[in-house]
Amino acid sequence: MSSFVDEKTKVIVQGITGHQGSFHAGEMLKFGTKIVAGTSPGKGGSKFMDKVPVFDNVSETIHLKPDATMISVAAPYVKDAALEAIYSGIKIIYILTEHVPFHDSMEIVHNARRMGSIVLGPNGPGITAVGKCKIGIMPNKIFKKGKIAVASRSGTLTYEIVNAITEAGMGESTVIGLGGDPVVGMNYIDVLKEFEKDDETEEIVLVGEIGGSNEEIAARYIKDNVSKKVVAYITGRSAPQGKRMGHAGAIIEKGVGTAESKIKAFGEAGVKVAEYPVDIPSLLE
Amino acid sequence: MPDGYVVENLNEVKAFTKPVVIKSQILLGGRGKSGGIKFAKTEADLKKGVSELLGSKIRDYTVSKVLIEEMIDIQKELYVSVTLDRTSRSPIIMATSQGGVEIETLPRENIFIKTVDPILGYSDFMAREAIKFMGLSPEIGKQFTGILRKLYEIFEEKDCELVEINPLVITGEGKLIAADAKVIIDSDSIFRHKEFNVVDPEKTPLELEANAAGYSFIELNGNIGVIANGAGLTMATLDALTLHKGYPRNFLDLGGTDNVEIVAKAFEFVLKANPKAILVNIFGGVTKCDTVATGIVEAKKRYKIAQQIVVRLSGVKEDEGRKILSDAGIEAFPGMMKAIERVVKIAGGN
Repeated sequence: MSSFVDEKTKVIVQGITGHQGSFHAGEMLKFGTKIVAGTSPGKGGSKFMDKVPVFDNVSETIHLKPDATMISVAAPYVKDAALEAIYSGIKIIYILTEHVPFHDSMEIVHNARRMGSIVLGPNGPGITAVGKCKIGIMPNKIFKKGKIAVASRSGTLTYEIVNAITEAGMGESTVIGLGGDPVVGMNYIDVLKEFEKDDETEEIVLVGEIGGSNEEIAARYIKDNVSKKVVAYITGRSAPQGKRMGHAGAIIEKGVGTAESKIKAFGEAGVKVAEYPVDIPSLLE
Repeated sequence: MPDGYVVENLNEVKAFTKPVVIKSQILLGGRGKSGGIKFAKTEADLKKGVSELLGSKIRDYTVSKVLIEEMIDIQKELYVSVTLDRTSRSPIIMATSQGGVEIETLPRENIFIKTVDPILGYSDFMAREAIKFMGLSPEIGKQFTGILRKLYEIFEEKDCELVEINPLVITGEGKLIAADAKVIIDSDSIFRHKEFNVVDPEKTPLELEANAAGYSFIELNGNIGVIANGAGLTMATLDALTLHKGYPRNFLDLGGTDNVEIVAKAFEFVLKANPKAILVNIFGGVTKCDTVATGIVEAKKRYKIAQQIVVRLSGVKEDEGRKILSDAGIEAFPGMMKAIERVVKIAGGN
């Protein structure tokens, strides 16, 4: 077992003919992801890389029984694409796109919840069940099959940490990018529940950053509900108040969302926090 | 809203008839605390206040306009807002009968908080709950309901992060008046709000210039220029520098790019900030290390960079990238920590 996706997960790509969508769909195929179809309005009937059928609409892919979708369309069209996936009954929706208005994200997330779908992102690098399924843009080469699950709000920083784990001779089970926006579909608690259940995961790494209070909430949750070892890294210690540090969600507002507050909360929950990203492996067993 | 008018010079000030408040028109919160608001009970006070405020500086912003407004007979100050609650991914309504101060300074139990389901939306019962919580009279309550309904409408229609009235004043005549208000629009929604001509007042001219060129760029106070890829890694780079007693001059996130020109042009903005040394920290994925290296060599030539550049390249095409750099006489490290130590040594603290 792994979390959310595995070797049986059938994936479609919404926006498969776009610049980003086509490059990353190609990488996902190389990784071994089962991409059963792609969509691109107006390009229906063609084939992606001579093998993946392309349709105009998600409803036309239903006979292929997709479990998950990766949305890689421009920000103004993300809400429509996500609602299309929800209406089609797709259970896992990963939104890669950055700069989605958060009012759209609220609507997407709440509608998905009502219809029994799970949203990950927006503005995340994807989800990888190592050796089984990759949805998103994480580099294929940094992973090694192992027992460590990672959940993070950023992209490149996650690769840095995953790479450090791999280079230290350990490996990963599931790596999840939650997304760098103020409103994302899954928070730490949602993925912690899955990691706790997953028999392939022994230890958990949380990568947090300034903004909001989801790390603090996760820390309190871990104390009472997570039996597996959890370690963390928090970025933004040196960030000034009131500045958006690249991610829409990475901002200290009126004293809320500081790195100190998150580090303290993890400390109180018995979660060791690394000073530098490369220190993470030394905190693991 | 109270009666009032805006002036840009002393000649535009009308004859004094009743006590007024003079408010600096700047796009910053907390202007009262910064001395941007004055009260006038006489004609002499009014002229003195206007001439003192016009042309004055409040946290880097020059006051070019002031609003002269009737002084309200304040009986009570309320607070009401609609904002985003990140954890529930929902709008929340906040209200309190202890307005006039920053909401964060009040104890949680004195604030009415209602989470709104964004699909179900607002309904007037929420106002009734708030009215009961604050103990407002039926007459004031009726006005409050109209105001809250409108606030929620604005929050939704204009893609707001925050709509806030503080204080919402109950006057001696039993009227509710919005004495001050603040609205923050989600910058990611601007594509569908052509009605707003947005310039973020909190950004410096160099930040605006770099943002216009497509870079996520923030000016800081130190002396080490920073270029990295990905917001998280860029922040982590600043943190690591700071922990090593180095002081970053800026935040610049290249984003995911495989374009030499985007890499080279990034140096233009870092150089304008005049750093003592420059650190480039790249974990290659979509952004390939050889592309970055070529961009750095190009920038060094184009901008005749005199400062020392320290580079960390790891990930896709790292060996090729480091070779390109060493051939051009630029230091490149495979690990982040070595590069951090080296650049801090060169910059020698602040």
